[in-house]
Formats: sequence, C-alpha cells, structure tokens
Amino acid sequence: MNFFLTIILDGLIQASWLFIVALGLTLVFGVLKILNIAHGSFYALGAYIAATAVTVVAARGLPPSVGFVAMLLSVALIASAVGLLLERGLLKMFYGRDEVVLLLVTYAVFLILEDVTKLIWGVNPIYATQPYELFGNLEFAGLYYVGYDLVLIPISAVVGFAIWFGLNRTVIGKIVLAVIHNEEMSVSMGVRVNRVYAIAFAFGVLLAALAGALTAPKISMQPGLSSDVIILSFAIVVIGGLGSVEGAAVGAILVGLARAASVHLMPQAELFMIYLIMAAVLMFRPEGLFKRETARRI
Amino acid sequence: MRKGLHPLVMITLVAAVTLFGRVLPTWTLSLATIAASNALIALGIVVLARTGNVSFGQGLFFAAGGYGVALIANAWGLTDAVAQVIVGAACGGLLGLVIGPLIARYSGIFFGMLTLALSMVFYGALVKSTALGGSDGFNVGRPTLFGMSFTDPREADFMLYAVSVIVTGFAGIAATILFRSEFGLASLAVRENNLRVEYLGLSANRIISINFLIAAIFAGASGAFALMAQRHIDPQFAYWTTSGEFVFVAVLAGNQSVAAVFVASMALELVRSFSNLYLPNTWQLVLGVFLLGVILFLPRGIGSLWIRDRRKRRLSATAALTAERGAAP
Repeated sequence: MNFFLTIILDGLIQASWLFIVALGLTLVFGVLKILNIAHGSFYALGAYIAATAVTVVAARGLPPSVGFVAMLLSVALIASAVGLLLERGLLKMFYGRDEVVLLLVTYAVFLILEDVTKLIWGVNPIYATQPYELFGNLEFAGLYYVGYDLVLIPISAVVGFAIWFGLNRTVIGKIVLAVIHNEEMSVSMGVRVNRVYAIAFAFGVLLAALAGALTAPKISMQPGLSSDVIILSFAIVVIGGLGSVEGAAVGAILVGLARAASVHLMPQAELFMIYLIMAAVLMFRPEGLFKRETARRI
Repeated sequence: MRKGLHPLVMITLVAAVTLFGRVLPTWTLSLATIAASNALIALGIVVLARTGNVSFGQGLFFAAGGYGVALIANAWGLTDAVAQVIVGAACGGLLGLVIGPLIARYSGIFFGMLTLALSMVFYGALVKSTALGGSDGFNVGRPTLFGMSFTDPREADFMLYAVSVIVTGFAGIAATILFRSEFGLASLAVRENNLRVEYLGLSANRIISINFLIAAIFAGASGAFALMAQRHIDPQFAYWTTSGEFVFVAVLAGNQSVAAVFVASMALELVRSFSNLYLPNTWQLVLGVFLLGVILFLPRGIGSLWIRDRRKRRLSATAALTAERGAAP
C-alpha cells in the first residue's frame, strides 16, 4: 500500500512542475499556433536566474525565505521581458509562414539560447539548494517527504486554476479565446491581435521560467537541461491535445505517474515509457485526449 | 517543370562532381561525404514534405540503417561499401513499410510529433540495450569496395566520397523524375487538399505511405554512410536533435529544387565546421543566427536563388487561388 502511495506522490510531485511547463507550451500553441522548441530553453533560463538570485541573497546573509521570494520575482521580471522582446523583435517577422518554418525559427532560438546560457553561467553545474529546506520535512501517511516537494503540488494547482479562470471567466480571457477561434473576425471586431500575441507569448515564457525557478532548488543546472525538458513537455501537450489546459493537466499527471512508476518498478524503461504512452494515446486518439473541434474547409 | 535539367545532363554532373574529388584537399573530402549523406536524408524529407507532412523522427530510420549495417558487418564480416548502403536502405525501408501506413492517417504537427515519439522510443530502447553497447555504442571495421581494401586514409576518404556522391546523386535524379511524374504531382495535390484528392479517386493515405517509404529508404542509406564515415555507432543517431538537423537542411533548401538540398547541406557543414574551428564555444549561436537569416531573407529556401521564374509563376497561381476563394462563398 505504502509502495503505491509512494509512486502516486512521487508522480504528482513530478507532474506539478511538468504541468506548469506544459501549460506555457500549450498556451503559446493555442494562441500563436507555434510549437515552441525554445520553451525548454526558457525553463533552463528560469532555473539559472533563480540560482543566481538565491546565491546573491544567501551571500548577503538573508534567510532562505527571502531568497525564495527574490527568486520568483526576478524570474518573473526577466522572463516576461525576454518573452516580450523575443516576440516583438523576432517572431513577429515570421507570422503567416508555414507551421514547420515557425517551428524551425524557435529551433534556431533554442540553439542561440543554449550558447547564451553557456556564455553567462558557464558549463559547470550550478546549485541553489537553500530554499529546499524552507518547508522542513513532513510525514504523510507514514512516509517522509521534503516539504518543498509537497508544496509544489498546491502551487501548480493554483497556477493551473488561475490560467483556466483567466481564460474562461474574465473579459481578457474571452478576447484571447476569440483570437484563438477566429483571428480575422477578432481583428474586425477591434481586437488588437498583436497585443494578444505578445502577452500570450510572454506568459508562456513566464510559465516555463517559473517552473524552472521552482525546480531550481531540487536539481543541478547544467547544459542539456533544456532539451530534456522540452521533449517531456512536448509529450505532455501532445497526449493532452495541443492548446488545451485540461489536456496539459491530464497529460502531466499521466507522464508524472509513468515516470515515477517506472523509476520504482523498472528503472530501465524510464526513458521510453513516456513516448510509449504518447504513441499509444495517439494511436487511438490521433489529436490527443482533449481535442478542440475545428471547422474544415473543403 | 519542363525547365529542369535532362537526366543525362544530371548523370554527367554527378560524374564530374565525383572526379572533382580527386583534386579536393583531404579535409573537404570527409566534409563533403557528410554533406552528401545528410543531403540524402534531407532529400527524403523534401519528398515527404511535398505531401505536406514533415517527419521529425527521420533519426529512427537513420539509426535503423546504421545499426542494421553495423550488426551485419560485425556478425558476418560484410565490409563492402555498396553492399552496406543497400543493407542500410533495406533496413530503413522495411521499417518504413511497417510504420508508413500507420502514420499516414495523421497530418501536420501530429504527424511530426508521432514520428518524433517513435524515434525517441527507439532511442530509449537503444540506450538501455546492453547487447548493442548501450549509450556508448560500438565500433565497426573500415569498409572495402569490390574486394579492395583501403589502408591509405586519403584513398579511403575518396572512396567514401565517391560512393556517397554517386548514390546521393542517383537518388537526386530519381527524386527529380519522381517530382515530375503523375505520382509526384498527386503528392503536391495531397498537400493542397487531401479531401479533393480522395474525391478524384486517389488514395491520399497510399500516396503519403509511399512517399514515407521513399524517405525511410533514403534515411536508412544515409545511416549506412554515417556509420562508414565514423566507423562507430551510438544511440545519438536516433536522438531528436539529429532528426532536427535534417529538417533544418530540408527547410534551408526549400522544396523547389533537388540541387538546393545538396547546396544547403554543404553550406550547413561549412558553417558548422568553420564556426566550430573559430568560435568553439558559440557555434550553435552562429548556426541559429544563420538559420534565422536564411528563413528571413530566403523564404522559399536556398533553391529560390536560381529558380526565380518558377517562383513568379507560383505567385500568380496563388493570386488566382485567392481570388477564387474570395469569390466562392
């Protein structure tokens, strides 16, 4: 019994940060119709910035809680600035081109950011472990967990709910949905589509970077981080159906549980378990679990 | 399409390029071999892309060809370069024959993502298989040609160069003929609108499957070349960034000209090796900027540098199409 509980809790902890990454990816795809390969780089960027912020705060002798807040604030600021800059300065020039071409544009951004992070932070692993002890250790049904890991679950639930609420229950969200469904009509109704694009993209970058910052205390930051994350979050959004918030949640939980289960049951299968699920889901539901209905032109 | 070169002219061109290898310096020979082998797999992507589907998992067939050849070479002592290419193509082709019909039902992003997933499943399996050397892979011997073995490195390099240029050249000629054929034009029609193709009595799935098979055969042969050039194989062959680079070449080339694929592949290898040499820490940055530049300034790929008239004709066709769409509803 405890064994299964371990798998479920480990899976949910994995799912919590994966969900935040996938949420950003699915939002950007939903609004801008771009499958953003550079998304993993934004995750890595967030992790590196968080590590820097934590280290700076710790060097001043301030408590780890200040470091935690400083890390979230600095990541939010820098990530949204980078997102706006990239969208306005670069992506804007490629709108209206083929999806594959846009995908390659983000691949180029991925390559560039890979070297930029190496130039700024070097190739040696960086650690930012101070906030990890922030919430102490907790006992849960006879199992001992690091409090920080468990706190990630409610945080991601709150982030997910906020995005869902923002999209479905606010005026701005309705405008974004209108742009998703019919861009031309939105323009003619007076929506500033460019602004929606820029904000949606910045939000996507922010979510990826936030997930990076939240996992930064748990991991070591080194080159290669971004390509691992991007491939995981691709699997999640494809399983869930591209552009769907609910899909990202279900996909993240599936992938998180699959990873945790294979770590505990058969470690050698961990790597391809996820793609196996993705291939299996696509075999039966070619457009993912939560497919959005679209009209087709004949 | 009548403006293209005659096949005989193309054969002469291939022969000239092969002989040109005699005067090239040695370091360009291995570079050109890699470029030709990458061009072969990218050509397969272009063939497939004409149906509107882009595979992000060509590494699967690339690795299947490479591993197939490596295993047979080590088990049975098959070292002949031409035989290895045929074995590689057959391995890729067999796998493509199985996967093609399954995957032909998908389109757009989902097609790309499913191919990527399949190639990553293969990658994961390869990394974990101790029998195949796990993540380190294993080595194979030097290839021979028709019973001749090459101990002089320059001769060995030239042999590989010649075989890869000739095989890729003939694949290019075959692709050109295919593009001009009825089947090739039907493939283009699938990209424009697969429902209309179905109404005309053709099977869009079948067309996509066949194009997929061709791409898989090219990728398998390309894997054999990569193996012969490195004399080593590891799971990196099936990793997604490997597949990404092949798509990179195909998009750089554009889908108008077969020759553009070779030029793009060579340009990419040159940019990569020079930036590797002079900017070892930022070569990916240079590559990224180069890619952005080409996409921005040559929207129809490198091929559009010399195929201008066709582009104009296409533009006027698009204008006609837009007018028709505007008038229809």
